[in-house]
Amino acid sequence: MKLDIRLPLGLLFVIFGLLLGGFGLFGSKTIYDRSLGIDINLWWGAAMLLFGLAMTLLSRRGEQDAPADRERHGAAEP
Amino acid sequence: MLTAIDWIIMLVYFVFVLGIGLALKRYMRTSTDFFLAGRSIPAWVCGLAFISANLGAQEVIGMGASGAKYGISTSHFYWIGAIPAMIFVGVFMMPFYYGSRARSVPEYLRLRFDEKTRAFNAVSFAVMTVFSSGISMYAMAKLIQTLHVFDAPFQRLGLPLSWVFHAGILVSAVVVLAYIFLGGLSSAIYNEVLQFFLIVAGFLPLVYLGLRNVGGWAGLKARLAPGYTHSWMGMGSAHTNRLGVEWFGLAMGLGFVLSFGYWCTDFLVVQRAMAANSMSAARRTPLIAAFPKMFFPLLVILPGLIAIALPTQSSTTVASAQSYAVIVPEGQGLIPPKIDPATGRPLHDNQGNVQLDYDLAIPNMLLHYFPTGILGLGLTALLASFMSGMAGNVTAFNTVWTYDIYQSYINPKAGDQHYLWMGRMATIFGIVLSIFAAYMANSFNNIMDMLQLVFAFVNAPLFATFLLGMFWRRTTGHGAFTGLLAGTLTAALHHSITLPAGAGPGVKGGWLALVHTYPSEMAQNFWTAIFAWTACFVLTIAVSMVTRAYEPGRLKGLVYSLTERPQTQHLPWYQRPGILALVALAIVVLLNIIFM
Repeated sequence: MKLDIRLPLGLLFVIFGLLLGGFGLFGSKTIYDRSLGIDINLWWGAAMLLFGLAMTLLSRRGEQDAPADRERHGAAEP
Repeated sequence: MLTAIDWIIMLVYFVFVLGIGLALKRYMRTSTDFFLAGRSIPAWVCGLAFISANLGAQEVIGMGASGAKYGISTSHFYWIGAIPAMIFVGVFMMPFYYGSRARSVPEYLRLRFDEKTRAFNAVSFAVMTVFSSGISMYAMAKLIQTLHVFDAPFQRLGLPLSWVFHAGILVSAVVVLAYIFLGGLSSAIYNEVLQFFLIVAGFLPLVYLGLRNVGGWAGLKARLAPGYTHSWMGMGSAHTNRLGVEWFGLAMGLGFVLSFGYWCTDFLVVQRAMAANSMSAARRTPLIAAFPKMFFPLLVILPGLIAIALPTQSSTTVASAQSYAVIVPEGQGLIPPKIDPATGRPLHDNQGNVQLDYDLAIPNMLLHYFPTGILGLGLTALLASFMSGMAGNVTAFNTVWTYDIYQSYINPKAGDQHYLWMGRMATIFGIVLSIFAAYMANSFNNIMDMLQLVFAFVNAPLFATFLLGMFWRRTTGHGAFTGLLAGTLTAALHHSITLPAGAGPGVKGGWLALVHTYPSEMAQNFWTAIFAWTACFVLTIAVSMVTRAYEPGRLKGLVYSLTERPQTQHLPWYQRPGILALVALAIVVLLNIIFM
């Protein structure tokens, strides 16, 4: 079946989240003057990771639901 | 400036973009798969692709620049200049685009009218869209060069810095070519969804940091003149607001003619709705797109406002057109002045004021607030927005070329696999033509301005033709063609006899005689559009009345009065186009009131 876009989308954001979040966690802490003292890499990395995980989960659930959905839609949609 | 983590982020993104093309290649079995994504895409994916294809770099950079120059009034380009048209095309026009099974916008014109109307639209659109793609490429390469972010690696590799520009053009061309060649419209659409989320991911933290730094919207209002933070202030007359146009010109010129002309007839966006997996999905596509679209001002316009509200930076390392220099005091906020390449000194206009390089608003915001790491993300988001615009143009081009020019006039009898092959070839030469256009833009700035002018002339009357075609059965092909011609010529004529204040005759207008001066270029543009549209509308009706009417049978499914209304009662409320349209309208009215 066709590739569900949520899978590559989720994976991309999981990778970005891990990269940025990891860098924010373990990398140099002195670079955050310009971002008003906030470790923006850590926070935003974490947010992207959560988003990526959510998308990936949705794409897996979508695959499992697909056959039933298709039957239902086939009857209703014009 | 950039460290390893930034490069890794960019690399990961490019790997994904190409990977999607590879993953989808196996599904490209027929020309419908390649040009129309097999008409199998869910509504939410089409909706995000719809808005993402429209979001080229000129939009992101340009809206940031306008935000810095005009303030929150720039939101009119979204709330007036996009949302109503998007709602209209979804609710009222998609039934004909999708229901007629036309494979492109020019093909709809062929079904509804005749060959000459299709040819006029197909040829002008094909040329326009390839040049747009080239301009995107040029703008991106220019920006990369200006930001000097690739200087360090190039120096380390021993390559001359002048090659950064060429590398920018080449790399973007090759990447976009690769993923469209492999996966067609599906690949473009999937990548556009990726690009949409990436743009949000890149700009949301920027807005957060910027607003926090200036003290929120209230802080912004305190630092800027009131005209910047109230979108409807002084719109009663062209002389009392920063845009230089009054509410009528804005509403009719931008809100109606230009906006509907683009969103309702430009195949670049309509193609994404045609790829949907059902009629209701196709109708919902522009409506779904309207919701993120109406919040985009907060993402791209606010950074411009913040950039100009900050205290003038005199020692932060930011970009200006010359180099990573300090900003000379003639700048404002984060915006440097435009530098005369001959003297290295700031340029002034004829009133003696310094000309600011507003296009650098957003790039400088990124450099100012983002440390390494998230900076890589922000730059990737910027690159992604350029590429999604380019890809939209290329897929629209290869479809119009293959179906409306090649299949219609050059080789009508070939098999489907041949047209699939042709689509891939068209992708290659579409990109080659874009590269050519990009280099032309680099060498001949005035020619590009002229070309964009011609495109504006062609676009202005378009919506009148579609409006009459879809809602009045009496419209004939002769009427439509004459109307289009008349509208385009009227636009050219209006431009030739008017000028914006402060400009001399030439590419800005007035090249025939000077009959009227407008307070601003925007006002001139909007009124050109209004006159062109009216001419097209009137002449289409007039000529249709005196030419033979079409049989009703021929127009079934193409005209409002002869088509069954799409059934929506059985759908849940969030899938009914009418309900979504009303919710979108309500929110956009609310936004206008909040930022009035």
